[in-house]
Amino acid sequence: MADSLQNPKPNVSAYYQTRAAHHAVVTSDWLAQAQAAVSIQTDDDSSGSDGRIAPVTGGKGYDKAFSVIDEFNSWRKQPDLAEAVAAIRALAAVIRASQATTMMELEIELKKASDSLKAWDSTSISLTAGCDLFMRYVTRTSALEYEDFNSARSRLIERAEKFGEISCKARRIIAMLCQDFIFDGCTILVHGFSRVVFEVLKTAAQNKKHFRVFCTEGRPDRTGLRLSNELAKLDVPVKLLIDSAVAYTMDEVDMVLVGADGIVESGGIINMMGTYQIALVSHSMNKPVYVAAESYKFARLYPLDQKDLGPALRTIDFGVPIPSKVEVEKSARDYTPPQYLTLLFTDLGVLTPSVVSDELIQLYL
Amino acid sequence: MDTRRVSSAVPRVRQVGFFTPNTPAHQPAPTRSQSGPPTSDSPPLSDSPASNSLSPVMIPPPRHLSDNLGGRAYALPVPGRGNAGEHATVGSYNPSESVLWLESPPRSRIGDEELSEGTESSLGWYRRSNSAKVASSLPSGGFDLSQVKQPESVAAVEAKNPLPEKSEAQKEQASNPKSLKAKTTKAERRALQESQRAAKAASKAEANKSNAPGGAASSKPMKQPPQKKDGPPVASSVAASERGVDRPVEKERKKDLPPPRMQFDDESRVDKAKRRSLLNQPEARNRVELFRHLPPHKNGSQLPYLESKFFELHEMHPSVYKVGLQYLTGDTSGGNARCIAMLQAFQEAIRDYSTPPEKTLNRDLTSKIGGFVSFLIECRPLSMSMGNAIRFLKSRIARLPLTLSESEAKAALCSDIDRFINEKIVLADKVILRHAATKIRDGDVLLTYGSSCVVEMILLYAHEIGKQFRVVVVDSRPMLEGQKQLRRLVAKGLSCTYTQLNAISYVMHEVTRVFLGASSIFSNGTVYSRVGTASVAMVAHAFHVPVLVCCEAYKFHERVQLDSICFNELGDPDAVSKVPGREDVNYLDNLTDKQKENLQLLNLKYDATPSDYISVIVTDYGMIPPTSVPVIVREYRKEYLLI
Repeated sequence: MADSLQNPKPNVSAYYQTRAAHHAVVTSDWLAQAQAAVSIQTDDDSSGSDGRIAPVTGGKGYDKAFSVIDEFNSWRKQPDLAEAVAAIRALAAVIRASQATTMMELEIELKKASDSLKAWDSTSISLTAGCDLFMRYVTRTSALEYEDFNSARSRLIERAEKFGEISCKARRIIAMLCQDFIFDGCTILVHGFSRVVFEVLKTAAQNKKHFRVFCTEGRPDRTGLRLSNELAKLDVPVKLLIDSAVAYTMDEVDMVLVGADGIVESGGIINMMGTYQIALVSHSMNKPVYVAAESYKFARLYPLDQKDLGPALRTIDFGVPIPSKVEVEKSARDYTPPQYLTLLFTDLGVLTPSVVSDELIQLYL
Repeated sequence: MDTRRVSSAVPRVRQVGFFTPNTPAHQPAPTRSQSGPPTSDSPPLSDSPASNSLSPVMIPPPRHLSDNLGGRAYALPVPGRGNAGEHATVGSYNPSESVLWLESPPRSRIGDEELSEGTESSLGWYRRSNSAKVASSLPSGGFDLSQVKQPESVAAVEAKNPLPEKSEAQKEQASNPKSLKAKTTKAERRALQESQRAAKAASKAEANKSNAPGGAASSKPMKQPPQKKDGPPVASSVAASERGVDRPVEKERKKDLPPPRMQFDDESRVDKAKRRSLLNQPEARNRVELFRHLPPHKNGSQLPYLESKFFELHEMHPSVYKVGLQYLTGDTSGGNARCIAMLQAFQEAIRDYSTPPEKTLNRDLTSKIGGFVSFLIECRPLSMSMGNAIRFLKSRIARLPLTLSESEAKAALCSDIDRFINEKIVLADKVILRHAATKIRDGDVLLTYGSSCVVEMILLYAHEIGKQFRVVVVDSRPMLEGQKQLRRLVAKGLSCTYTQLNAISYVMHEVTRVFLGASSIFSNGTVYSRVGTASVAMVAHAFHVPVLVCCEAYKFHERVQLDSICFNELGDPDAVSKVPGREDVNYLDNLTDKQKENLQLLNLKYDATPSDYISVIVTDYGMIPPTSVPVIVREYRKEYLLI
């Protein structure tokens, strides 16, 4: 996929490429093959890295040939790993591979690595947020430096490792928080395939709650298909809708549950295309819209309208050839303003949208 | 700030009529209130020795008019001590106030001596009646005016547009201080109620007005013993009488401000009173009832006279005086400009300051600053930015280590002020520019209202970095501030459209972003800004156009305001009826007095925009939603307290 230095398809958001890959139905053989392929590639790449971007080595010679981007990609390919976690793990690898001897140097290396990661895929919000979060943590730690460099460094690595665990734990926390909101006999409308939301539903099913799920088809990613597949395995009654049928079925729905690619400073969310529509319909019919997302997705963005986001485009396959004169709206995501959201379920607790800014202020200021 | 002063939770026991205020001289002066019968919190306070010394009825004898004029100095607003905002609770029994009050016993004594109780009451009564007569609407009984001289009547008026009951009460009080306590209480309670109702919030009011005619209206001033001095009431009563529309409602004027801490120096008080009395204008006609609690506008017609007094100052530092006059005439306007001018004037004053012997720098300087602030308030009510800056300065002064020598302390303060201006205003503006410019895209049509310096900077900066956009400048009478901004924008080459506020819904459909400035932002996200801003924001919201409010964080305030009425500033009502350059538009000029009674002109300066209409607030802390303002206030306050 995107193993090269640059994103091979600059018009297509790498983030969504990856998601698409995740969404494809994956057999274990395929997975094994893919992973094998990836590891071979990274090995190749690692050696003889003349042309490679080696942001962290900063002139330390090419034998390092360490590419944070490759590292990141290798992590990202794991379907169960969140983007931000992959980014942080990549940055942790940077620290490990770094030959800096002072905190300052290390910070500079990390900053370069983080910038290159962000530049590589500028559309992924959780990637940016994860990088920023880690950099913030690093800055704070280095500010308290009264210990020697090595112990500080190992602390950073440890923290980065823990971050991965936190991410998994975050999902479980969110799932637990959500349980109170899913009552017996309720109907949940889900849009997009969010691993957090899936965890929520899985936990609810395991707790023997009786509920049913409406999945939107989620074109063009076909997320609905995948989700319904998974839910069927859990014996949860699922109904598939085409995207246009949301308003039609909204009467029967008790709540809407979506994940988020990013949560912005205003308290709104950025999510797969179609979320805004669903939120508008639910709001007008007085159905609550719940968002389940980890706290590291809080981003320092403030979109004022739909076009204010950086574009994240993806190819859409209509199944039939489209004449070249016809323009296609290729944006892969939309922005839902906070007034249409009821609550956010995060690992920090159940929050209202206005809390996001408070958290960000406390974190970044 | 001032508003806090005003709305103190302590019940103001107001003595109807002329009771001296044992009370809290600390009430900021609504100089107006000084007049006459300040409602003192007296009954409870009557136990204090101070209060006892004064007879209940404080009717300034006519002959003391001149004295009073001199003595009226207290003005009061903004006591030097304490924060600008922390005025002693109104009506609270403040021993220090009593002391203050005691200091000027002579005047009151004189008054007492001159009036027998009976006379007092009758005089008071007469005064009331006089004022009633003057007011022409007071349902006073048929008191004969013969005995009352003009000054007395004035005083009576000052005493506040007393209610008949009040006058009765006072009368009774006059006659029998002790026995009247009970009655007074009732009347006082009533008066108290009224005063409390009326005296809401805001406005400084203290200043001159209270000294002047304003005094009549607000019996609140009663609270301030010093103000009560005979003199002031007289003067104010004069002014009050000039008010054509004195009605019982007048007493509801918000003069219930806690008396400002007065300077102890009599001489200065005299000066100030003189100055103040000059600044006062008996502009009492055509005032809208709903806004009677706000201090009336002082126009700059006295400027030449005041300018001539420039060299006669002793208490007032010349640069502060200059800044005050600039405010008065409107030469300096806009939150940032006023704040910077004031701080720089304070810097000068601090540099020229030298601690008098036997006094500590902290306290004395704080009280001096307080005096300056009172003067500035008289010229024009403080803006929020100024209030916050004053609070900062006072906290810095209080925080000075005592071990510093005077010159070190002064240098430290001056550098603190420089740092404040630099960090909170200049650098903050730069940060705001950067953030806001990211929200401007090529092809945008940006709408701006009035003249905000930050918004202008943003537009010029975006233009400099090469963004292609055009600007719609919306303006409104009577200030027409947008024209100046328009001129500057066009000079820099931006393509602009100019229109008036009544065309806002016509223009809004093509607008993509609205940029607004703010005088302050309150804790519930309400934006307090030039009048008309709320309309613009509302129309923008209806058209789904995002509204960006650009405001530095030092202007945030922890107050919560729900409407534009309880706290506001009045402008010159005549500006509403006159259109400059159009002499033919003079339909309101030749009204008879009778007609004029029915006409009330209102010129408000500010309004409150609800947070629902605001999309984002751009501050030097980044872009925040309106719901996060209290977070910034919390963090911000911590920070500047720790500086």
